[in-house]
Amino acid sequence: MSGVHVSTTVNGDAVEFVCPPGETLLDVLRNRLNLIGAKEGCGTGDCGACSVTVDGRLVCSCLVLGAEVEGAKVGTVEGMAEGGELHTLQSKFIEHAALQCGICTPGFLVAAKALLDRNSDPSEEEIRYALAGNLCRCTGYDKIVRAVDAAAKQLATDATKSGKKSKRR
Amino acid sequence: MRYEAPTSTKVAAALLAKEKGKAFVLAGGTDLLVRMKAGMVEPDLVVDIKRIPATQIIKKSDSGFKIGAAVSGASMGENKALKKAWPGVVEAANLIGSDQVQGRCTMAGNLCNASPAADSVPALVAAKAKAAVVGPKGRRTVAVEDVVTGPGRTSLKKGEIIESISLPKRVAKSGDAYLRFIPRTEMDIAVCSAGVNLTLDSKGLVKSARVALGAVAPTVVLVEDAADAIIGTKLDDESLAALSAACEAACSPINDKRGTVEFRTEVAGVLARRAAKIAYQRAGGK
Repeated sequence: MSGVHVSTTVNGDAVEFVCPPGETLLDVLRNRLNLIGAKEGCGTGDCGACSVTVDGRLVCSCLVLGAEVEGAKVGTVEGMAEGGELHTLQSKFIEHAALQCGICTPGFLVAAKALLDRNSDPSEEEIRYALAGNLCRCTGYDKIVRAVDAAAKQLATDATKSGKKSKRR
Repeated sequence: MRYEAPTSTKVAAALLAKEKGKAFVLAGGTDLLVRMKAGMVEPDLVVDIKRIPATQIIKKSDSGFKIGAAVSGASMGENKALKKAWPGVVEAANLIGSDQVQGRCTMAGNLCNASPAADSVPALVAAKAKAAVVGPKGRRTVAVEDVVTGPGRTSLKKGEIIESISLPKRVAKSGDAYLRFIPRTEMDIAVCSAGVNLTLDSKGLVKSARVALGAVAPTVVLVEDAADAIIGTKLDDESLAALSAACEAACSPINDKRGTVEFRTEVAGVLARRAAKIAYQRAGGK
């Protein structure tokens, strides 16, 4: 079995790897690129623990072949924090205790970010629908939904503040 | 296993045609990779069709919409013109799986996976959609209802690929709708489903209609008697009752943990009635 050589971008960094043609993007991320944020829960696209973005689209990395991301832009949970500063969603997850064992958390964060990127002011129902592809078996979903809601509000407040600042300038 | 990502449908078809082992087309992968993971299939060759430009576009023209075989459900949902012209088809495609699945899943894949419960298929059949098939012997156009021949089986020959799915030109006073029954609010497989597409005349009477049912037979069924029941009417109670009765008569579902024969049959009639009402309203009927 010959390997496939792939050049791609992960969290903004150019990356190259060689993988067997049948290897999933999830296994590439975890085992070849040492990005172990994305988790394998079910391996069949049901639990969302392996959520990443490919060219801005939220996907389950267990249902993508590594070979498919040639030339693509992959985003993982590792790309959410900027330097030492957590993404607002990450801070709100901590603040609202929206995690227990943590296995589902990276997937929830990536999926929640994908939601907020396209809808900055989601209703509770919209949050619940958008996160329906992510399963949590510990905390239940209320704390997660509250954390996402709080993050959306915080991001809106931050945007207003920086908007006012830039206007003054 | 070998992985190929050709940039033309012709090359993709040739690769599939000459492969002596087991060859599969990869579009969104939301069915194929699950089957690979489960060990249900062990491909010798996977041909990724996403590098073929024709599979990636949603094109509106005088003859209607052409939706590439690799266009994701999420992309369809973001296309305002498509959503406006064919809301039922887009809703059906958008019911498949989670947001993660929507990022990848395709209608062509939904069709070729050939599940009796495929959500987009009844809507496509009702819309009179056609599949553009490319194979080693050239191109052909196939009505969507003629693609699936049974659970997991299609009429596509070795080396043939669906390149795109076309929806006909939308005439004025037309509307479509798709409804499914699941015991949850989402993320489930249809227990039964119904797609209705209709056009009204100047008086608001149904001029033409197509009614298709999902998950009540080995393949999606086009119920002509149900369409006949509402043609020439304004969807009064009597014609809607006749539509439901025609749908029930067309059902031959399985009995399983998700629904009994009786339940599926009755609910299929109810869903068809409700979908017809929505389609009628969307067509501007009062």
